[in-house]
Amino acid sequence: MNLGSRPGLFSRLFTALVFIFLYAPIFLLIIFSFNAGNSNSVWHGFSLHWYGELFQDRLIMGGVYTTLLVSLLATAIATVAGTFAAIGFYNMRRRWREPLMVINEIPMINADIVTGVSLCLFFVAAFAAWNGFVTWMEQTYRLTAPRLELGFATLLIAHISFNIPYVVLAIMPKLRQMDKNLIDAAQDLGCTWMQAFWKVVVPEIKPGIVNGMLIAFTMSVDDFVISYFTAGPKTSTLAMVIYSMTKKRVTPKINAVSTLLFGAVLLLLIVVNVRQARQEKAAAKVRRR
Amino acid sequence: MPKELIRLSNCTMAFDDEVVLDNINLYINDKEFLTLLGPSGCGKTTTLRIIGGFQMPTSGDVFFDGVRINSVPPHKRAVNTVFQKYALFPHLNVYENIAFGLRVPRVEEQKNEMGKVLSRRKVKLSEKEIDQRVMEMLEVVNLRGFEKRRVTSLSGGQQQRVAIARALVNKPKVLLLDEPLGALDLKLRKDMQNELKRIQKAMEITFIYVTHDQEEALAMSDTVVVMDGGKIQQIGTPEDIYNEPKNAFVADFIGESNILDGIMRSDGVVEIFNRQFACLDSGFEKDEPVDVVIRPEDVDIVPENEGQLKGTVTNVTFKGMQYDIIVDFYGFKWLIQTTDLSPVGSRIGIKIDPDGIHIMKKSQYSGMFGDYSSYSEEYEEISDAAYEPGEDGQEDGDEK
Repeated sequence: MNLGSRPGLFSRLFTALVFIFLYAPIFLLIIFSFNAGNSNSVWHGFSLHWYGELFQDRLIMGGVYTTLLVSLLATAIATVAGTFAAIGFYNMRRRWREPLMVINEIPMINADIVTGVSLCLFFVAAFAAWNGFVTWMEQTYRLTAPRLELGFATLLIAHISFNIPYVVLAIMPKLRQMDKNLIDAAQDLGCTWMQAFWKVVVPEIKPGIVNGMLIAFTMSVDDFVISYFTAGPKTSTLAMVIYSMTKKRVTPKINAVSTLLFGAVLLLLIVVNVRQARQEKAAAKVRRR
Repeated sequence: MPKELIRLSNCTMAFDDEVVLDNINLYINDKEFLTLLGPSGCGKTTTLRIIGGFQMPTSGDVFFDGVRINSVPPHKRAVNTVFQKYALFPHLNVYENIAFGLRVPRVEEQKNEMGKVLSRRKVKLSEKEIDQRVMEMLEVVNLRGFEKRRVTSLSGGQQQRVAIARALVNKPKVLLLDEPLGALDLKLRKDMQNELKRIQKAMEITFIYVTHDQEEALAMSDTVVVMDGGKIQQIGTPEDIYNEPKNAFVADFIGESNILDGIMRSDGVVEIFNRQFACLDSGFEKDEPVDVVIRPEDVDIVPENEGQLKGTVTNVTFKGMQYDIIVDFYGFKWLIQTTDLSPVGSRIGIKIDPDGIHIMKKSQYSGMFGDYSSYSEEYEEISDAAYEPGEDGQEDGDEK
């Protein structure tokens, strides 16, 4: 079979099968989120009933709130930290930069469960030491300080830490494309380093910053495993709420909330991809000139 | 009497173990057009970056108007730079690129006699003044009507002009130019040379110009500083540099030269190939070994029996204005430029007037240059004076 010819029946069938395997479950989930009845297998007619239920459910809405809050905060902080980290890497000598970039990439390919467990262990160990210290202070000096435990703060720290590498990775190529002399030129024209950074570097790497921000936000909204290990008993993200719901009984409410989550992440991914495609096109245009 | 503006005193620059500048001493006069000339890696860009404030010398001092400015950052120096490849801001249009320096709020410090800062206030130029100065600059560089254009849509020559305008609009005392014409084609380069010279005269400021193109250096400069291996080889007017090169490196780098081993028999008499030639140089020891420079255009071709030296033509290249011929004298190949054709294989004699012979002391460069045995490669090297990106020992020389 030569490559130029129209695909044969077999290859078309194969492609169709691949897509069915990939998307049928999600498709099913979306369809049954609009089911009027209580079942996940029998169709009772179209209804938005479960979506209505969803917004009444305080547990789910609490999860949505936590997820949005932690994602927004983590994205904002990780974007700032990641931008400066990227500039730090960029200014390093190659012999330092290369190994550090690899270290930067390890958290991304590391299994979430390992990241989650290790963060959890770290927090627990650190807090145990601190709480022991507080107890000792109370007993010896009658001084007290708040005891620490897993909760929103640790969840936020975990999200920030796994988001930073994505931001760095999104910004690095933009920095590499930038003319090395731009910062010098801005300083030459009267800017301090900080002024040069805001007036010249940021506009140059802005597309990278925005991409990094979107990726970080998506990763945060999407995350379950790391959140599960670092959120503690009282805080729950949306993904954690859904997980705990499936333990009791699978209602179409879960379908509805999953559909919304899927839709949100899909939208973000589309935005990221369209942006990247546009930037590549623009870059190619400049190169051709 | 010209006024001294910048002085580098015993400046050394080393990155890790690599010495890029080796004990440079140099002064630059006000309103002077000075060129730092040398092959890539000779330290000329590093010298410029030290003056611009982008690098601090490892040791030694930099003075501006008599004040030591070693640790003064670039944004506080009265110099502006035209960068290699221009470094225009791609997100701004032509107008905003030029206005960039004018829009940066400057801090004006009031000091008492002791030099203690009494008050600081931010000074911002009015839009009207900015507009006036930008328009003035556009006029100077012939870019009226380009205000709203994106810099990425301009040709190389136009970008070049924007870069010059952007630097000059701040009214610097000194303009630093780092291979500014390197990326332009030959015709445009010639035009821009004249343009730059005109601008320098019109603005009445000092230009410090970095290039590896000797023709450019000779055509534009008041003073040429020839550098190699992080050291200054010679400082002088273009005429001095060409006519009285200090060593074999300078003689070879500036123009074409036949460089031969000679022995100074007495003042005004040099021996080459066991024959004595009259020359104008003196002040050497008796029987001192020397390097002798003979420029290809200073050689007269005469019939074989009348010549001071006799040789065989081995190669002829038509150059338009003249023929470049290679002549073998006792195994040493000379380049001679002549308007009369002598065919390959013919025997010719040559005569050299005393003022066509220049004597140099022996140096580390003796024996390295000035032989045209490898004629063709040498020519390629010269015509390849085009743009070389990534100049000199900049901070991350380990980048590439």
